[in-house]
Order: sequence, then C-alpha cells, then structure tokens
Amino acid sequence: MVSQLVSSLGVVIAGVFFCALYYWLSDKLLQLALPVRDGDPRAASLALNRRAAVRPWLFLGPALLLLVVYLVYPVVATFILSFYDRSGTTFVGAANYVWAINDAQFRQSIFNNLMWLAVVPAACTFFGLVIAVMTDRIWWGNIAKSLIFMPMAISFVGASVIWKFIYEYRGGKEAQIGLLNAIVQFFGGDPQVWISMPFWNNFFLMAILIWIQTGFAMVILSAALRGIPEETVEAAVIDGANGWQIFWKIMVPQIWGTIAVVWTTITILVLKVFDIVLTMTNGQWDTMVLANLMFDWMFRGGGDSGRSAVIALVIMAAVTPIMIWNIRQANQQSGGH
Amino acid sequence: MAGVVLKDIRKSYGQVKVLHGIDLDVAEGEFVVFVGPSGCGKSTLLRMIAGLETITAGEMSIGGKVVNDVPPSRRGIAMVFQSYALYPHMTVYDNMAFGLRIAHESKSEIDRRVRAAGDILQLTPYLDRLPKALSGGQRQRVAIGRAICRDPEVFLFDEPLSNLDAALRVATRIEIAKLKEQMPQTTMIYVTHDQVEAMTLADRIVVLSAGRVEQVGRPLELYENPTNLFVARFIGSPSMNIIPATVAEPGDPTLISLSAGRSVRVPIATPSAKAGEAASFGVRPEDLVLAKGDDYLLEGTVSLVEALGEVTLLYVDGPVGAEPMIAKLPGIVDVKKNDTVRLSADPGKLHLFDAAGKAFPKKR
Ligand SMILES: Nc1ncnc2c1ncn2[C@@H]1O[C@H](COP(=O)(O)OP(=O)(O)OP(=O)(O)O)[C@@H](O)[C@H]1O
Ligand SMILES: [Mg+2]
Repeated sequence: MVSQLVSSLGVVIAGVFFCALYYWLSDKLLQLALPVRDGDPRAASLALNRRAAVRPWLFLGPALLLLVVYLVYPVVATFILSFYDRSGTTFVGAANYVWAINDAQFRQSIFNNLMWLAVVPAACTFFGLVIAVMTDRIWWGNIAKSLIFMPMAISFVGASVIWKFIYEYRGGKEAQIGLLNAIVQFFGGDPQVWISMPFWNNFFLMAILIWIQTGFAMVILSAALRGIPEETVEAAVIDGANGWQIFWKIMVPQIWGTIAVVWTTITILVLKVFDIVLTMTNGQWDTMVLANLMFDWMFRGGGDSGRSAVIALVIMAAVTPIMIWNIRQANQQSGGH
Repeated sequence: MAGVVLKDIRKSYGQVKVLHGIDLDVAEGEFVVFVGPSGCGKSTLLRMIAGLETITAGEMSIGGKVVNDVPPSRRGIAMVFQSYALYPHMTVYDNMAFGLRIAHESKSEIDRRVRAAGDILQLTPYLDRLPKALSGGQRQRVAIGRAICRDPEVFLFDEPLSNLDAALRVATRIEIAKLKEQMPQTTMIYVTHDQVEAMTLADRIVVLSAGRVEQVGRPLELYENPTNLFVARFIGSPSMNIIPATVAEPGDPTLISLSAGRSVRVPIATPSAKAGEAASFGVRPEDLVLAKGDDYLLEGTVSLVEALGEVTLLYVDGPVGAEPMIAKLPGIVDVKKNDTVRLSADPGKLHLFDAAGKAFPKKR
C-alpha cells in the first residue's frame, strides 16, 4: 500500500517535472533557432514575433499529438474498417451499411435509442425543473435536494444492481422481494416479470437513468432559477399573472439557455447509454440499443469489426451535431449577460 | 380614481419590528413622496401598499376599499422598480402588453394602449427591441410605460431614478412631473433618497425615520417649519446648523443665550419653557449673512472655504467645540481660511427646539 502510494506519487512528480522540462527545453531550442542579435532592432522584433507565433504550437504540440493518436486516428480507422469484412482484411464496399439497414436488430436498436432520446432528456429536465422550483420554497428543500442529487454519485452499473431489486420477480410460490411487485401485490395485482415485458421494459430501464440524471438537471436549473431577478417575478405578480403563468412565461424563458444545455448534455449521455442495458437485460427482450449492439458485434459472438464500425459511426454521427450545439450554447451562457 | 388611506400600519419580520404604526391619508390625484434615511422602511411601506408584503397589523384602503387581503393585481396599482424589473426575454412591446394579455384584453385594445404609452414616453422606435438593447434611461421609460399600460389608479415608484446618471436623472424627473400633469386624477407615491426629487415632485412629503412618520407636509412647509430636529436636519442641503443654547427668558419673543455670553431675541413664543432650560437653536446655512458692525449672531473662525462660484460655503468653527457651522453665501465672497467672521440672520428665519428635539411652533 505504502509502496504503491510512493511510486504513484513518484510518477506524478516525474510527470510534472518532465512537462516542465519539455516547456523549458522547447523554449530554449526556439530561442536558439530564432536568435535575437543586438544591433538591428527590426530583425530582433521580427524574430520575437516569429517566436511568439511558433511558441503556442510548440507548447500545445504534445497535447495535439495525443489528441490525434487517441481521437482522430480511431475515427479514421473505424471509418476505413466499416468498408471491410468481419476480420478487417477484405474490402467489401458498402456491404456492412446495407446489412445494417436491413438488419432487424439494428432497426430495433435505432428505434429504442430514439425512444430513450424522446423520454429521458425530457423527463430529467422536467423533473429537475419542477423539483428545483418546489424545493426553493420549503424549509427542507435542501435536504430533499441532497437526496435527489445522491444517485449522481452511483455508477450506472451500481444503480442497475439497485434497480434489479426493485424489478425483481420470483417465480412459483416464492415470496416476491422486488419493491415494484410488492407494491403491485399490496394493491391486489399480480406480480409481473417487468424486465422481460417487451416495449414497456425499455421504459423500466429508462427510469434508472432518469433517477440518476434528475439530480444533475435539478442542481444546474436550481442555480439558474436563483439567478432570475426577484423583481421580474414581483412585476409579473403586479401584472396579475398566477403561479403557473409566472413559471412558464417569466421564469422558464429566462433560464431557457440553461435548460437547453441540460437537455443536450443528457441527450448526449443517452445516445451513449450502455451500462444500464448491459447490466439489466443485455439487450434481450427487445431492449437493444446501438452501443450494446456495437459491443456485441465487436466482442461477443459477432466478432465482426466491419459491422461494429458501422454502428460506431452511426452513434458518432448522432452525437456530434448535438455536442457542437451544446458547446455553443454553453459558451453563450458563460459569454452572454 | 382613488386615494390611499393607511391606519396604524405595522410591519414586523418575525421579532424584528420595521414599521411602528403609520397613519397617512393620501388624497386622490396627490403626488406624495416618502423620504428618509436608508433602512427606515420606505420600500417596505411602498411594497405593502403594492401588496408585495403582507400587512402585520393595521388597515389599508385604496379608493375607499380595504385592501389588506386583496392581491396586488386587483388593487388598481402599478409599480416602477429601482432595477426596472423588465422581462428580459420580451420586447418592449411585449413588456408593456404582458399585463393586458394576462387580463385578456382584446388585441386592438392592447395595441392601442401600448402605442399610446409608447407615444407619451417616446418609445415608439424601440417597441421591437429587447431590454438589453436599450440604455438605462430608455429601460426606465419602458418600466414607466408598463405601469401606464395598466392604467392604474395609484402609481408606486421605488427610487426609480437612482440607477441613472445625474443628467438623465434630471431629464427623467422632469418627464415624471409632466406625466403627473397629464394624469391629474392618478395618485402617485414615490420613494426617494434624493431631496431635490422630493422637493420638486411632491405635493406632500412624508419624512420617515426608523419606521415612524416624523412629519407630513408640503415641501416648503417642511423646509420652513420642521416640527422636530430630525426633519430640520434631514430637509435642506447642507443641513441646518443646530447650536446648543439655553432659554434665558421664556415668553414671546424668547431670549436665548448662546455660549460665549451672547444672547439673542428670537420671535418665537415659548410659553411652556422655563428659564435656564436647555434648548437647541437652529439656523439654515443659506439664511446666514456676513454681519456688518457689532450686531451679529455668531462669531467664529473659518476652517474651510468652498467657493462654487454660484455660492460660497464657509465652514465656521462654532462657539462651542461642536461641529462646524456652515454658512451658504450667495456669489463669490472674499473670505479666507482662518479669518474671523461674524454672521447674522433674519430673526424670522430662526428655529428653536426644546430639549426633546421638538420645535417650538413659529408664528405664521
Ligand atoms: N425580509 C426581511 N427580514 C428582516 N428584516 C427586513 C426584511 N426586509 C427588510 N428588512 C428590514 O426592514 C428595514 C426597512 O427596509 P426597507 O427596505 O424598507 O428600507 P428603505 O427605507 O427602503 O431603505 P433604502 O433607502 O436603503 O432602500 C431595514 O432595516 C431592513 O433591514
Ligand atoms: Mg428601499
């Protein structure tokens, strides 16, 4: 334990030292390459200007290199792989894309992903907003907020394990230990196998992500709501607006930018949803989503890097525009006002 | 149209008492200004009239109707906030139309009223802009326009000009005065820190201090006949010189002895006072003149001269070690620091207060 601590500390110190050394050395080299000689001030200022132009590239160089190796190269490689067969050796043209369009499970995954997209960001934002407004008015609001925020700290897999107990079904004469079935039985209903109930089981999985992400939406929106000038609300009260109108016509429009950022952030998360589906159903009973399908084709029975690459590209194509828009919005938020 | 009547209005936040029983009768069409030091409860009182704060005790009526439990929108009031409080996501037009839309007025009626308000306040070119694309003065005019559109019986203003620069403040003040002229039936209640605003706009001024009404009266009445030391000091700038004195001979007129053996006969009746009683003697800086000859009121050494051209302010170390007296003399005066000056004043302009700070009433 101690030796591990020491060695990791050593690595950190060495890392920082090498970074510093890199900056120092590269700057020295730059000075050697573009020397400033005494005497000719114009040449000197030219050299200084050139140095200033080169230095950012020098300093950013290592980071850019890593970015290329770990981001750009995989994208290009995936793109190329998508035109090759299962082992990545024979060029097959658009065959993998044709397969995807015709594959029932791929279509199912697209449909499921669209459902996730339609439900989860909307639900998280809506609940987050409602809870943020309501907890602002009650004395135990902060306690409630902490409780609602807590699931954020749980990993998706951990959360899924918790929810497995909620959806648990016991066959035969065994007593039901799942919370949901216990409630259903309490009200006189029959216990159900929630997880294998096609179509609806998608929503039971979504509930987990909503449970996790509502806290995030709530915290961000709560901060935004606090930023609304109290007087605008009072002016609306004098103008005769009721609580509902004040909420929708005065408060929500003023935090619209924040709502958009929260919404898109969760949207991106949803497009990449994987762990919950893997843990809960592994894509069975019509709950497959793109990320899990990709995983299956790459590492499970499929073993087909070409088809897997196609799915990966579809996910990326869906995420990228939303990501760009999200970053723009976030920049506007911090830049504007 | 409506007047506003406050009967023993009180306000406390938990244990903290903020207003201790305010009685006030504002007539229909009157322009009343609340002034007072920071934290005295002006905004609280105004917000209670608006209905934004609950009334802890007492009775408030607007237009003869008790409104203690009437929501703000049905009190027939409109309020202009210090921070404008415009809806940032709505255009100028929509800001002014919002209340009317909530009230389900017809489209044509909304349009008519908004454009009329825009005309009055010269906002017509800006109707399609968002508030953030307006200057401070324009924003304040939109806030006033929004209030006008509600066609209120009572207008409430909470320090509406304090976020504007000096020149704009004067211009907007004049606009508010004009607005009042155009709406003679509308009652206006206006909170300010600024004496000039209070003196120029008000039909009557209410001076508040620590949650109590000190005096209510016409601006010049407060200036000429303050009922106590607080009002005497608060109204007028620089504030009135207050000099400790004793009553030498009560009666009418009263003989007052100042320190350093000087005494002065003041034409104010003091039937209730006893000889030897402590009193305060007040004289406004602008009522002091340089004395000719031996007939003077006060003598002292000039510690500071502020020559503003239009007037000259002399800070004169008083007869006792108290605060320096200030004399405001018209024009340019040839007095230098450390000169000894003798000042006198028209006896009719002098003020006399008893030991508790209450004024002995002046003869009319
Ligand atoms: N919510 C509150 N809880 C407790 N005390 C309050 C509250 N709101 C205001 N007060 C107190 O009430 C008093 C009057 O406040 P108010 O805002 O009316 O003052 P004001 O005369 O408008 O002052 P200013 O000229 O600085 O605006 C202050 O002493 C303030 O501290
Ligand atoms: Mg105030």
